[in-house]
Amino acid sequence: MRRVVIIGAGIAAMSAALTLAEQGWKSVLVSPMISERAQSVMAEGGINAALDTMGEGDSVRAHFCDTMAAGCGLADPNAVADLTAHGPETVRALASLGVPFHTTASGDITLRPFGGQKKRRTAFVRSSTGRQIVTALARACRREEKAGRIVRLSHHWLQQILTAEGRCTGCIVRDGRMGRFDVLAGPVLLASGGLNGLFGKTTGSVQNTGAATALAYAVGAACGNLEMIQYHPTTVPISGKRVLISEAARGEGGRLFLRRGGEKWYFMEEKYPELKNLMPRDVVSWEIEQVCRETGEDRAWLDLTGVDPAVFDERLEDLRAFCLEFLHLDPQKEPVPVYPGIHYFMGGVYVDRAHRSTLPGLYAAGECACQYHGANRLGGNSLLGAVYGGRRAAETLLRDDGPPAPPPDAQARWTAALREIENRPGRVSCRAAEGRMNEAMNDCLGIRRCEEELAAGAKTLADLSTSLAAGYDPSAGAPEQYLLERRLILARAMVDSARARRESRGAQYRTDYPKRDDGAFQKTTLARWRAGKTEITFADIPKEETP
Amino acid sequence: MTYRLKIRRFDGVRAFWQTFALDGGGGLTVARALELLNERPCLTDERGQEAAPIAWDCACLEKKCGACAMVIGGKPRLACAVPLRDAADRDGCVTLEPLKKFPCIRDLQVDRRRLTDTLTEMELWLEQAAETREETRQLHYRAASCLLCGLCLEVCPQFSGKGAFGGAAPAIAAFDVYDHAQPGAHRDAVARQYRRRFYDGCAKSLACQDVCPVKIPIERLLVKTTAAAVWKRNRKERK
Ligand SMILES: Cc1cc2nc3c(=O)[nH]c(=O)nc-3n(C[C@H](O)[C@H](O)[C@H](O)COP(=O)(O)OP(=O)(O)OC[C@H]3O[C@@H](n4cnc5c(N)ncnc54)[C@H](O)[C@@H]3O)c2cc1C
Ligand code: SF4
Ligand code: FES
Repeated sequence: MRRVVIIGAGIAAMSAALTLAEQGWKSVLVSPMISERAQSVMAEGGINAALDTMGEGDSVRAHFCDTMAAGCGLADPNAVADLTAHGPETVRALASLGVPFHTTASGDITLRPFGGQKKRRTAFVRSSTGRQIVTALARACRREEKAGRIVRLSHHWLQQILTAEGRCTGCIVRDGRMGRFDVLAGPVLLASGGLNGLFGKTTGSVQNTGAATALAYAVGAACGNLEMIQYHPTTVPISGKRVLISEAARGEGGRLFLRRGGEKWYFMEEKYPELKNLMPRDVVSWEIEQVCRETGEDRAWLDLTGVDPAVFDERLEDLRAFCLEFLHLDPQKEPVPVYPGIHYFMGGVYVDRAHRSTLPGLYAAGECACQYHGANRLGGNSLLGAVYGGRRAAETLLRDDGPPAPPPDAQARWTAALREIENRPGRVSCRAAEGRMNEAMNDCLGIRRCEEELAAGAKTLADLSTSLAAGYDPSAGAPEQYLLERRLILARAMVDSARARRESRGAQYRTDYPKRDDGAFQKTTLARWRAGKTEITFADIPKEETP
Repeated sequence: MTYRLKIRRFDGVRAFWQTFALDGGGGLTVARALELLNERPCLTDERGQEAAPIAWDCACLEKKCGACAMVIGGKPRLACAVPLRDAADRDGCVTLEPLKKFPCIRDLQVDRRRLTDTLTEMELWLEQAAETREETRQLHYRAASCLLCGLCLEVCPQFSGKGAFGGAAPAIAAFDVYDHAQPGAHRDAVARQYRRRFYDGCAKSLACQDVCPVKIPIERLLVKTTAAAVWKRNRKERK
């Protein structure tokens, strides 16, 4: 039985494993927790597909055009064509697996409006679409687990990616409970989610530390568009983190306003009369930041008081329950205070249309991959990207030749790498270094960026790397320190990517280069780790093939 | 105010209590309190003795993943959804213990494999495309909202972690499968499993329903499943 090692157990990972199992291949799913605790369960508003069940004349082409426009010309048009063409069958397949999508009176899947889309195109289950999809996929995986085609290594972390002669040959994983290391041979598919941990807390899961992508980057896989970080327009602070108020709230009629001279100013409606509150997220977040700065306010307000109570009962019940429990306010009676927060990473492991990374034998799908979204992601497209991308990557794996066996001394070399850290003379604190990395990243990679702040951020990160390399933190342990050192390298690549893109586009707004510059920068930012240095280049966007 | 967090610790060999002082507003969640303790450069207990970081599980920190289940002030709850003020006794002391029905790994971390293993052993999957009926669509949504947190098993007087009885969480997953499945050998097998692993052992205390953090209407789901899977009042026969 051919075998693939999948890092992660979220939607992209399960989608890939099920596709491989259909063909009798085996997958080993490596993750710190079970699928039911992956970030995918947090997804709320829905999944996009041009199902056209609302009688609006929607089409795959329209979905393609909206996705490309939101991505500000940086998405691969051929990959987006694949994604959008497979949208309808992907969502219908999920319904066959038992996802109880909301349905219209005639029994077809209901679609809700979502930001940046001119037609209603987002299928949903109230505001917990991710949880419902995970439950259905995990149920389907169970059958394959019983048959031995899916093996789960829960409470395991990726520790190192193995290479030989420029190919990925497998990986080393660590059992987080027993502290044991195992070499797993075979092609590796990263489905390890977003780079949350470089920033500390985001709207997502703290399990997504960014370490898996960092390990891939450190062994030579290129990363694309790392500077493209999505700030979700409407987040709220709760005990130590920011939580999302789903875009579904605006999709169902929520309106953003600011108090100006005692009056409510519905700034999005005034500035963008066509899509109003449902402009793409980069625009809404930028506007909130801008109007707050202009008026000296520290938050905008999301007004849901006008939303039909029946819509609340039927579609936004989870949102209301959240506001009541965590914010102690009833969104049907009073507006919700909101401000943008880090939510999604458009950039990540650079992959081709078939999800191959630049390192042969290594693949990536889901949020960890740089695919489909360009400079800004449409809400609802990442769930589709995770389900379809996982499947697509698996189909590629089924076709590609397998890698050679990992070097026989892989385990010994790994032990030596740990010893090297343990034998360093000085003492350092990984916890403190991680905190400073998070702070530097948040400081320099906000919604508005400039060279001065980015350079300062890069310097802090470089200094942190240097000081860590001089010592050892016995309380964190060598395996954790090894990961942190690589996460710092990836963090620097992210800052350097933002510095190199001397223009403003999508999620990147440079105060010192406020204009979009298609001539120089309608390209993918490529970061590569070469001979101990970050190298940034710009790659052309593939030409659209005629269907 | 100053809270005292009295934590049941387990280092793999030895179990003991350790108490930590923490200044903060009562609105802080237990999860945030644990983070703040672990963020200290050098963690010491209230007597000033050095202590290892506290092991506990979390992922979403917003009541969506079920990772942070533990016993808080004597009640099984999710640490990220409980403010200190709701968990403290009159003297501001909050006790934290691991769930007791699952093997303890370290401190507040437990191994809930028993729960996921039961789902596989009960063959809770579909052999054909799901048939979702309008009348039960909302119940499927409810059943599929389960976090697999295990709080319902912790409070169940019948669930011990040993023996055949699997408790409420697998039973509601069985509803999701049985009601979606087409008639046939696999659905019959799920019915038999439901009977053996749940129906025959349930004493109907319904403590599970009260403790469920996402308010799954467990009783309704069980009544429906029992009617169909045990008493064969299936939708085909019902018309
Ligand atoms: C609050 C919120 C709401 C959202 N709402 C929507 C929405 O409505 N629509 C939409 O389209 N998208 C939404 N998204 C985005 C979407 O949920 C994610 O992009 C998508 O689920 C990612 O799936 P994934 O499989 O790539 O990764 P994840 O589900 O994040 O899974 C990553 C997996 O990798 C594991 N992992 C991570 N690091 C390691 C490591 N080092 N070693 C081993 N394993 C590792 C994790 O434990 C996990 O199992 C939302 C996101 C959030 C946070
Ligand atoms: S039924 Fe409720 S209490 Fe039980 S595991 Fe599921 S979410 Fe937790
Ligand atoms: S951390 Fe996810 S439920 Fe508490």
